[in-house]
Amino acid sequence: MINYTYTVWIVLIPLFMFVILGLFGMKMRNSLAGILGSLGLFTSTVLSYITAYFYFFKVGPVDGVFQSVSAYNIEWLAFTDTLKVHLGVFLDPISVMMLVVITTVSLMCHIYSIGYMKGDTGFQRFFSFLSLFTFSMLFLVIATDIIQMYIGFELVGLSSYLLIGHYYEKPAAVAAANKAFIVTRFADFGFFVGILLVSFYTGTFDFTVLINGDGSIFAGMAAASFMGMNIITWAMLLIFIGGAGKSALFPLHIWLPDAMEGPTPVSALIHAATMVVAGVYLVARMFIVFHFQAPDALEVVAYVGAFTSLFAAIIAITQYDIKRILAFSTLSQIGYMILALGVSGYGGEEGVGYMASMFHLTTHAMFKALLFLGAGSIIHAIHSNDLRDMGGLRKYMPITFITFAIAVLSISGIPPFSGFWSKDEILAAAFEHNKIIYFSSVLVAGLTAFYMSRLFFTVFFGKKTEYHHTPHESPWVMTIPLIILSIGAAFAGFIPFNELVTSDGAVFESHLSMSIALPSIGIALLGIFFAFLLYYKKSNTPDKITTSLGFLYKTTLNKFYFDELYLFVTKKIIFNIISQSIAWFDRHVVDGSMNGIAWVIEKTSVKSKELQSGQLQQYAFIFVAGTIILVLCFAYLFN
Amino acid sequence: MNILSLLILIPIITVFGIAFSRSKNMVRIVALVGMSAQLLTAIVLMFSYYATRDAGVTAQMIFYQDIEWFKFLNIHYTVGVDGISVAMILLTGVVTFAGILASWEVEYLQKEFFISLILLATGVFGFFISLDLFLMFLFYEIAVIPMYFLIGIWGTGPKEYSAMKLTLMLMGGSALMTVGLLGLYFNSKGADGQLTFNILEIAKVNIPKSTQMFFFPFIFVGFGVLGALYPFHTWSPDGHASAPTAVSMLHAGVLMKLGGYGCFRVAMYLLPEAANALSWIFIILATISVVYGAFGVIWQKDLKYINAYASVSHVGLITFALMMMNKVTLDGAIIQMISHGLTTALFFALIGMIYGRTHTRMLDKMGGLMKVMPFLAVGFMIAGFSTLGLPGLSGFVAETTVFIGAFQHFDIFHRIATILVVSSIVIAAVYVLRMVGKLLFGPIVDEHHSKLKDAKWFEKISVGTLVIAIAGIGIAPFWLYNLISYSLTPIMSRLNEFSNLYTHIF
Repeated sequence: MINYTYTVWIVLIPLFMFVILGLFGMKMRNSLAGILGSLGLFTSTVLSYITAYFYFFKVGPVDGVFQSVSAYNIEWLAFTDTLKVHLGVFLDPISVMMLVVITTVSLMCHIYSIGYMKGDTGFQRFFSFLSLFTFSMLFLVIATDIIQMYIGFELVGLSSYLLIGHYYEKPAAVAAANKAFIVTRFADFGFFVGILLVSFYTGTFDFTVLINGDGSIFAGMAAASFMGMNIITWAMLLIFIGGAGKSALFPLHIWLPDAMEGPTPVSALIHAATMVVAGVYLVARMFIVFHFQAPDALEVVAYVGAFTSLFAAIIAITQYDIKRILAFSTLSQIGYMILALGVSGYGGEEGVGYMASMFHLTTHAMFKALLFLGAGSIIHAIHSNDLRDMGGLRKYMPITFITFAIAVLSISGIPPFSGFWSKDEILAAAFEHNKIIYFSSVLVAGLTAFYMSRLFFTVFFGKKTEYHHTPHESPWVMTIPLIILSIGAAFAGFIPFNELVTSDGAVFESHLSMSIALPSIGIALLGIFFAFLLYYKKSNTPDKITTSLGFLYKTTLNKFYFDELYLFVTKKIIFNIISQSIAWFDRHVVDGSMNGIAWVIEKTSVKSKELQSGQLQQYAFIFVAGTIILVLCFAYLFN
Repeated sequence: MNILSLLILIPIITVFGIAFSRSKNMVRIVALVGMSAQLLTAIVLMFSYYATRDAGVTAQMIFYQDIEWFKFLNIHYTVGVDGISVAMILLTGVVTFAGILASWEVEYLQKEFFISLILLATGVFGFFISLDLFLMFLFYEIAVIPMYFLIGIWGTGPKEYSAMKLTLMLMGGSALMTVGLLGLYFNSKGADGQLTFNILEIAKVNIPKSTQMFFFPFIFVGFGVLGALYPFHTWSPDGHASAPTAVSMLHAGVLMKLGGYGCFRVAMYLLPEAANALSWIFIILATISVVYGAFGVIWQKDLKYINAYASVSHVGLITFALMMMNKVTLDGAIIQMISHGLTTALFFALIGMIYGRTHTRMLDKMGGLMKVMPFLAVGFMIAGFSTLGLPGLSGFVAETTVFIGAFQHFDIFHRIATILVVSSIVIAAVYVLRMVGKLLFGPIVDEHHSKLKDAKWFEKISVGTLVIAIAGIGIAPFWLYNLISYSLTPIMSRLNEFSNLYTHIF
C-alpha cells in the first residue's frame, strides 16, 4: 500500500505561495515573483503526476475496481458528536484526474502569464491570486466532505472575483467581478440549503459515507416529502443549483461572458478549464446519490445541460468579441458535460455518460485553455478583442496559428483530435438515453464547428486588415505553453478513460460506434464548410444573412436579453423597491415612533415645567384653589 | 490576588496613570501600555483556563471569588469565569487594544477621551466576570454612561441628538432590565431562605412558570435593546454614525455583545421555562432583524450607516441562534458574538481611518482608494469578506454553525425562519461588494484623494491585530470551540429540562 499523505503538499504549496507573494510580493522584482509562483506550481504538478501514476498504474484497481483513499484527514469542526467537518485529501479516480488537469493547465497559465502580464503594475498581485485560485480549486477537488467542497466553492468564487477585477480601475471589470461573485453566491445559497437538508437527514457530511453506494442512510430522506416531491430530490436539486452557478448553466450563466473582463490567462484557467467545471465535478462527485436516490433531479440535470449547450452555441455565432465567443463556447461545452452526466447510468457500459463527461472535461480543459491562451496571444499582438479588427494573422503568428488550428479541430470534433473522442462518447450516451437530447447535441456539434471556424477563418484568413504596427509572434514564454497544450489537445483523446475513470470504478469495454461517429463528423464538416464559404474570404454575405434575419439576429446578439432581465430584477425590484422602502420605513416609521415617544415626553415635561413659573400670584392662586378643593373633598367625605 | 480582579484593577490603574500624565504623548503611551497589559492578562487567563480544565477541574465557574459587599441586601462581589466569559474577555481585550491604537491621534481633550474610553472598557470587563446580578448591572451602567460623553463631546454630525438617543434608548432598556432583575431577586429564595443576586444560586431555584413568563420579556428585551433587537435598533445607526472611531469599535464590537451575553447568561439560564416557551416570538423578531437589516444596508450611502445596519443584521443572528436553543446554535451564537465583534471593530476602525483622510464617509464622494491606500483597502476587503461569511475568516465559521444548528429543528416554522436567515448571505454579498467596489475600485473620484497617505504604524498594528484574530478563528476554529463547548453543558442541560415547552409551530 502506498502512503499518500504527501498529497497534502499538492494543495499546501500553492497556499504558501499565495501567502508569500501576498505579503512580500511587492518587495520582489516581477520576474522573481513570476518564477517563484511557477516553481511552486511546478512542484505541485510533479506531485500530482506522481500521485496519478501511483494511483492508476502502480496500485491500480483492486479486484477490478479503483479504491478510494482517504489520504489525509483532520477534524476541523465538531458540531455534535456525530456531525463533524473534516478537511483532508480524498483520492478516487475523478479527484486524481482533476489534480492532473488542474495543475497542468494552471502551470501552463502561470508560465504564459510571465510573458502576458509583463509590465503590468499588479504583476505580483496577479501571481499571488493565481496561486490562491489554484489552491482553492485543488482544495475543492480533494474534498473529503461536503462542507470542504462548499468551502472550496466559496474560495474559488473569491479568487475568481479577485482575478476578474484585476484591472480594478476599470468600472466594467469591477462590475463583472461583482456580478460573478453575487450570482455564484446566490447559487451557493441553494447549495448550502441542500447541504443542510442532506446533513440533517443523514447526520453526516462525509463523502465516504454519502457516496459509498449504500443508500440506506437516505431512507429517512426519501420517506419525507415537501410539496409533493421527496426531500432527497429537493436536496439534490438545490445542490445542483450550487453547481449550476459555478458552471454557469442556464439561467445562471449570465456572469461568465462578463467575466472575460479579467486578464486572458485568468479566462483560460478559471473561466474555461477549471473553475467552471466545478459544478460538473460536484454532480459527478455525488453522481451515485443522484442516480439511485434522485433520478428526477438527474433528469433535470440532463435537460439543463442540453438546453445550455444549445442556447450558448446559438449566441456564440453572433458575437464579435473573441473572448466572448470562447466564453459562450465554454458554456456550451459545459452543457455537454452536464448532459452527459444527466443521461448516464451507473456501472459498466451503462455508465458511459459519466465516463464521457469526465473525459470531455479533460479534453475540453486542454483545447479550451489553448484557445484562450491563443486568443490572448492574438490580443497581445494587436491590442484588440474585436473580431472585426482582425484578419490574415496566420502569416505574422505561425505558432499561434498552428496551435489554434489544432484546438479548433479538436473542439469541432474532427478525428483524431481529442475533442472528437470525448464528444463521441457523450453523443453515444445521449443516444442510448434520450433522443431529444441526442439530436440537440448533434445540432450543437454542428453549430460548434461553425462558430469556431468562423472565428478561425476571420482571424487568420480573411482580408488582411491594416494594423498600426506589424503584429508579431508572442515571446517563447507564451508560445511554449501553447505548444504543450496543443499536444494535449491533439492526443488527450487517446487516454483510455474507460479503464481509468468510470462511474463505479470498474473497467469496461468501450468501442467506437460508427453510427454515432459518422453523423457527428459529418455535421462538424458541414459546419466548417459553411464557415469556410462565408468567412474564408471577407465578403458581405454574412451581413446580408443577418439583415434578413433581423429581429432574431438582434435578440441573439443581445444574448436573449437575459442581462436586462436580471438587471430589472436586481436594480428595479430589489434595489429600488424592497431596499429603498425598508430604508424609508426604518427611518420614518420605526425610528419615527421612537422619536415620537421622545417628543411626547418632552412636550409633557415642557407643559408641566410651566407650573414652576416663579410667579407668586400664580402660586397663591393654586394654593388657595387647592385648599378649597381639599376642603370640599373632606367636607364631602366626612359628611 | 485573583486574576479576574486584575482585569478591573489594570484599567483603573491606567485611568489614574492617564490622569497624572504630563504630555499628550505620555497619555497615549500609558493608555496603550495599560491596555496591552490587559490584553496580555486576557491571554494568560485563557491559557490558565485551559490548564485548569486539563487538570480535571469540573466546576462550572473557575477562579471563583465571593466577597460579601452589602450584607443587608445580600449583595456580593462575586466573580468567576467559564469558557464563554473567557472568550468574551479575550474579544474585549483585542478590541480595546486596537481601539486605543485607532485613536492614537485624538487631539481634542485627549486625556478625558482616553479616560472615558478606558472606563467604558472597565465596565465591559467587569460585566463579563461578574456572577452577581447587582454587580453585573453596576458594570453595565459603568459601560453605558461614558458612551454619552464620548459621543456627545468627541462625535461628529448631529452628535448631541445621537448621544441622547442612544443613551435614552439604552437607559430605557436598563429600566426594563431592572424590573426583571429585581423580579429574579425577589423570587430567588432558595433552600437557605435567603434572597440572593448570585447567578449560580438563582439557577438552582425553580422559579414558578408564571413568574418566569412575566419577567423573561423584561430581561430579554432589556438586554435585547443593547443587542439591537428589532424594533429597538434605531439607536444603532445614528449612534454609530456620530461616534468617534474607537467608540464605534468598542460599542459595536463589544458593548452590543453585552446584550447577547446578558440574554444568554441571565434571561435564558435563569428563566429556562419561559425561554423555551417564548422562543418563537424572539425568533420572529430576530429573523426580521437579520433580513430587514441586510436589505436596509443596500440603500445606505454613509459608510457608518452601512456597517451599523449590517451590524443589526449580524447581531440579529445572535439572538436568532440563542433562541434556536440547541447546543450547536448556542455554540454558534457565542462564536458569532466574537466574530462579529472583531469584524465590525475592524470595519469601524478602517472607516475611521479613511474618514480621517478623506473627511467624508459618503460612498458617492469616494472611489479608487485601493490605488492610494492599499494597506487600508486590503484590510477593508478582509473585513468585508468576513462580513459576507467567506471561508477562512471568522464569519463563515459562526454562520455555518448557526445555520446547521438551526436546521436541526424540523418543523416548518423553524425551517422557514432558518432559510430566510440563510438567504442573508446573498444580500450580504450584494452590499459588501457594492461598497467595496465603489469605495476601493474604479477610478479616483476626488482628485484630492490621490495624494493621501497609507496607514501609519499604529494603524497598521491596530488593523493587523484584528485581522489576525479574524483569520485565526476562521482557519482554526477548534480552539474557540474547545474553549466554549464545555461551558455550555450546564446551561444546555438547564434549558433542556423544559424542552417540552419549546414551541414548534406547524
